[in-house]
Amino acid sequence: MEIIKEKCRGCTLCAGACPFGAIVMVDGKATVTDACTNCGACESSCHFGAIVVDKAEESARDIKDYHGVWVFAEQRDGNVMSTTFELLGEGRLLADKLGVELCAVLLGYKTEGMASTLGAWGADKVIAVDNELLCNYTTDAYANVITKLVESRMPEIFLIGATTIGRDLAPRLSARLYTGLTADCTKLDIDEETHNLLQTRPAFGGNVMATIVTPNHRPQMATVRPGVMKKAPWNPAKKAVIEYVDIAIAKDDIRTRIVETVRELKQQVNLIEADIIVSGGRGVGSAEGFVLIEKLAEAFGGVVGASRAAVEAGYITADHQVGQTGKTVRPKIYVACGISGAIQHLAGMQNSGCIIAINKDADAPIFKVADYGIVGDLHKVIPILIDEIKMRVK
Amino acid sequence: MKIIVCIKQVPDTTEVKLDPKTGRLIRDGVPSIINPDDKNSLEAALQIKDNDPDTRVIVVSMGPPQADIALREALAMGADEAILISGREFGGSDTWATSYIIASAIKKIPDYDLILCGRQAIDGDTAQVGPQIAEQLGIPQVTYAQKIEVNGDTIIVQRQYEDFYQNIEVKMPCLITAIKELNEPRYMTPGGIADAYSVKNVTVWGFADVPVDPEKIGLKGSPTNVYRTFSPEAKGMGRILDGSDRNTVKELLSELDNKHLL
Ligand SMILES: Cc1cc2nc3c(=O)[nH]c(=O)nc-3n(C[C@H](O)[C@H](O)[C@H](O)COP(=O)(O)OP(=O)(O)OC[C@H]3O[C@@H](n4cnc5c(N)ncnc54)[C@H](O)[C@@H]3O)c2cc1C
Ligand SMILES: Cc1cc2nc3c(=O)[nH]c(=O)nc-3n(C[C@H](O)[C@H](O)[C@H](O)COP(=O)(O)OP(=O)(O)OC[C@H]3O[C@@H](n4cnc5c(N)ncnc54)[C@H](O)[C@@H]3O)c2cc1C
Repeated sequence: MEIIKEKCRGCTLCAGACPFGAIVMVDGKATVTDACTNCGACESSCHFGAIVVDKAEESARDIKDYHGVWVFAEQRDGNVMSTTFELLGEGRLLADKLGVELCAVLLGYKTEGMASTLGAWGADKVIAVDNELLCNYTTDAYANVITKLVESRMPEIFLIGATTIGRDLAPRLSARLYTGLTADCTKLDIDEETHNLLQTRPAFGGNVMATIVTPNHRPQMATVRPGVMKKAPWNPAKKAVIEYVDIAIAKDDIRTRIVETVRELKQQVNLIEADIIVSGGRGVGSAEGFVLIEKLAEAFGGVVGASRAAVEAGYITADHQVGQTGKTVRPKIYVACGISGAIQHLAGMQNSGCIIAINKDADAPIFKVADYGIVGDLHKVIPILIDEIKMRVK
Repeated sequence: MKIIVCIKQVPDTTEVKLDPKTGRLIRDGVPSIINPDDKNSLEAALQIKDNDPDTRVIVVSMGPPQADIALREALAMGADEAILISGREFGGSDTWATSYIIASAIKKIPDYDLILCGRQAIDGDTAQVGPQIAEQLGIPQVTYAQKIEVNGDTIIVQRQYEDFYQNIEVKMPCLITAIKELNEPRYMTPGGIADAYSVKNVTVWGFADVPVDPEKIGLKGSPTNVYRTFSPEAKGMGRILDGSDRNTVKELLSELDNKHLL
């Protein structure tokens, strides 16, 4: 990247935006040092157009021969993962924008039942490969089979869930296919002009958002964060065309052997994976008061979190703590009850999908990050909330 | 055994401070550290060496000249050799090009048994480079390792999933990516630090030393481009629903319903 000295006004915004500390001020002008990785994070920080980040040149590859949107239909133990339905929901939108087919790729053993559900979730077509050696995921078997499918059928977009399996498989595939892979996307769109896939993802621990493109290689591959994309409404009347493809798999080509699969007892406090967290702070007032927090969490079907002040006051154990020195969480809904919103607490929860704050102090900083705030006494509000949620379930 | 550990130097983004007025990241004076997962993979290599002193641990990093410090720290923790892959030509590489360069460098190191990577770097955050190196070298991979046990020429890896784990057996040479549950990394010792700057050395390999196709590296060779970066939407003040009564609560729940959150 380059700084056009004439345009630089010496405002230092870019120096602050550089994650590598690679921009220093020399004689009042921004100057790039060797620490620069050309990541481009500084470009949008400059209000004067003084920063130019080199973009790759067009290559001669013919990408026009690639058509259609593919979704990896991940299954475990004969059940299609719910991430797959989310990918189909998003894939449907992309395919419609491009006017192309949406295809689910299903690998497994005894897959008929699974294959027939995918149409109802939005797929036009299902490509299924059924083989005993595909019953459980292995990197080698799955990568070999999918490579053959991609090479012969040439999709333009290929979405894979950013699960512990997707993030093992996708990079292996992209390396073999010499194509781009964008990690853990939270937003996808089609560029109206180029028809390229715009892949937006958090980086630097969620402190920077980046939109990534794969202009000259196909398929454009992305892993997609589970729980972010919306499923399409289930429509049992919609049936997909199911095609079974026979691909030979040699046992010796699978270089890992699953010795055993161990299911641990459910962890007591699984804050990291929880969709809904209800947290209490010092404002809850007592350990007895936390029973109310627990009841609300139960009503929401979520788990209990806490601020450090609540932990230090002995209201609840430390494994519930959210924040800089506790857990970093990203649930769909985070309810903060009697928590002021100290920066160390925010560091652990501000990337939550929807933040709801209940606090009696209208000036509490927590309201600055909240999507919804209720100014009031938590001891009054929460019982009503529990009551209303229960009524809805009925 | 010969073990190669890939380490990346990263800004310490866990020391996140937000400007309370602008809500923006304050990055001034953020120190550089060894990527946390990579310390776990280095520790795993050093534990194997503790049990079998014939083991050689080679740390490899691609980065700017300053990454020397990260490699010295690895030497001070107990690694035997360090290689810094450094050159302007390599700058701007995405994960594909990064893994291609690192794999090409590793091809120059004969007879390795095991390559260890961190699962994920805390800056780029992609978790892609490990599996991509394995593919470029044509060796098997096991990711998300929370336990490693060497058994002759095979390794048993305890591999973490969302809600279970598997014991997976794999023959060497192979590549394994480490998560923080794997171990507790050791500290540098004063003797180790002295050695890291005297007896031991960091070998620098530039563009001319690594056999790569110049068309496949840097920005030009990278299939992905960063098209735009921006701060996550500074969440403006949301809706304040006033009052502790039932109507307020009903309003909240119907808003959540509208957003398909319930
Ligand atoms: C190095 C360091 C690391 C830290 N790490 C963490 C961390 O990981 N996690 C963390 O949480 N903190 C952390 N802290 C502490 C942090 O700075 C705050 O002290 C802490 O988060 C405050 O907790 P709180 O919001 O529960 O309490 P307070 O700040 O005391 O806030 C209590 C709130 O409850 C409200 N309230 C009181 N009564 C009621 C009522 N009846 N109804 C409704 N609202 C009511 C009040 O208006 C107030 O806003 C750390 C601090 C340091 C220095
Ligand atoms: C904002 C932003 C977003 C980006 N998004 C993408 C993207 O979606 N797709 C993409 O292909 N590229 C992307 N890149 C480029 C990517 O970050 C770089 O290629 C980076 O060098 C490697 O990726 P990583 O940091 O994610 O490493 P990871 O893949 O997370 O690293 C995993 C492990 O690989 C090893 N490793 C990684 N890099 C090195 C190294 N330099 N030296 C030694 N070992 C190493 C370490 O053991 C590390 O623990 C992005 C860059 C930026 C700035």
